Amino acid sequence: MKLPGLSEFSWRDAGNEARLLLIGIPVFIWTMVPIYHMFLFAISPKEDAFSGKMWPDHPTLHNFEIVFRQQHYFLRDFYIQFWNSVVIAAAVGALTLFVATAAAFSISRLRVPGGRVVMNLALFTYFIPAAFLAVPMYRTMGTYGLLNNHWSLILAMVTIASPYAIWVLKQASDKLPVELDEAAVMDGATTLQIFRLVYLPLMMPSLVAIGTYAVLLAWNEYLYAFLLLSKDTEITLPVALGNFLAADDSPWELLMTTGFIYALPPAAVYYVFRRYMVGGLTAGAVKS
Amino acid sequence: MAITLSASDLPSPPLSARLSPPQVWGIVLLAPYILVFLAFVIYPIGYGLWLARQPASYVALFNDPIFARAAVNTLIFLLIGINIKMMIALFLSGFFVEQRRWIKWLSVIFILPWAVPSIPTILSVRFMLNPEWGMVNQIIFKLTGDDGPNWLNDPAVALSMAIGVHIWKSLPFWTLILITGRLAISHDLFEAAAVDGATWWQKFRYITWPSMQTLYITCTLLSMIWTLGDFNSVYLLTGGGPADLTHVLSTLGIRYLRLDQLSLAMASIVCAMPFVLPLVYFMMKRLSR
Repeated sequence: MKLPGLSEFSWRDAGNEARLLLIGIPVFIWTMVPIYHMFLFAISPKEDAFSGKMWPDHPTLHNFEIVFRQQHYFLRDFYIQFWNSVVIAAAVGALTLFVATAAAFSISRLRVPGGRVVMNLALFTYFIPAAFLAVPMYRTMGTYGLLNNHWSLILAMVTIASPYAIWVLKQASDKLPVELDEAAVMDGATTLQIFRLVYLPLMMPSLVAIGTYAVLLAWNEYLYAFLLLSKDTEITLPVALGNFLAADDSPWELLMTTGFIYALPPAAVYYVFRRYMVGGLTAGAVKS
Repeated sequence: MAITLSASDLPSPPLSARLSPPQVWGIVLLAPYILVFLAFVIYPIGYGLWLARQPASYVALFNDPIFARAAVNTLIFLLIGINIKMMIALFLSGFFVEQRRWIKWLSVIFILPWAVPSIPTILSVRFMLNPEWGMVNQIIFKLTGDDGPNWLNDPAVALSMAIGVHIWKSLPFWTLILITGRLAISHDLFEAAAVDGATWWQKFRYITWPSMQTLYITCTLLSMIWTLGDFNSVYLLTGGGPADLTHVLSTLGIRYLRLDQLSLAMASIVCAMPFVLPLVYFMMKRLSR
């Protein structure tokens, strides 16, 4: 004996749930297909990878072994390229944090004359599509004699990352109460002491978010890396991945394996810092 | 410095006396960014504009059929691709605010395309679409016994695939932003509407949309600006091919650069400016409030 009202209610619930699943399942498949395909290639021997199977007959880690031992023509500089990516990402993260924190402190807390103009110029740069700036940037780096030098990519990425970094940090520091600075001045603190002892600790969450943003931006960058660096021992991993396409008979299973290894660190970083990223970045990305 | 200042109509004290120590520090701390800006933004842009000064470049550009094609492709990419993407994002943001444990988990997975670098995933799609060895055509062959189409060899299909890759990559980001927009709407409004017996569509039309339309339009415009700079989706999937028919402005500029036709590359970018600058102006107005 069931109450009619109750069973009616659960029917409607089931219908609702089914409708949600009808959206959720395609979303899941759509999201996972390219990533699963990459993973599938990474664990497949060559003949399985090219046969269109959904799961290899003999899953293997052999591809990873080839990559880590650099046992292929395309992979002979794998470790150097990986290291290049690490160094460049770390340098871009550190330099962007330095440039942007200093600028945001100066504009927001010290109210330096002309700060607003600089902020607007920075925002303007943020909205210029990066691919458009790439063409003149390439020539500029040539003029400065920096082509094929890691500094060219580092400086280019700092240029691209700073505007957004300054903007987010300025928004965050505008929220800190003025009384803090005033109290510190009363106690006889110098400007640098305020910066180091009051400002930086309070800004930590935003600094973590911005540092992560800059590191990921540099690690993921393809276009600038591919334009500015060309020697096999100078390039970063994404450029090396793109170079696989140069041959007609590319070893796709090795390309996907390398790609998989390359994609893991940023995905891990993203999920570890997700808390900061969601709070610090998406909220600031678009103000309604 | 002091001489020029004292010579002006309004006598003012020397610079060092007018500025308090915090302001001196302000200038010092702002200097690194200003240097970066001058060296890597102002100088390149100025140099680029100088390269693009000759009318002959524009004549050559407009006589190049690849440029016209790239301009049309870019418009298709922006007007059709972005609007489809934003509509899906708006729809999915409604899905992801539903309170279910499995939807929470799905939202974590859903972020993956945004969290992983685009190069390996785009190359993964590229191989999936390979006419002979790709997963897609192998499945088509197994199911129907027929060979599947040569996906990336037809310009219209190849461009659609590039748009698809772009949507795959950036949909999570915009959905996330629209979710924050939806969560900001007061729940009381929906409860009141439910009491009044409002349908799903009425709730959307009279509550959700009015509170979200500004955010939605801002997102659409911002996405359009950024998508103009989306080099990877097209370059890594189609390489601009077949026969340079799927270029967009960002890949075309790089193509000219590689062919050492720098003035053409800059001219093609200058041609995009009448479209870009109003959008940039609008966004700056919104963000610098």
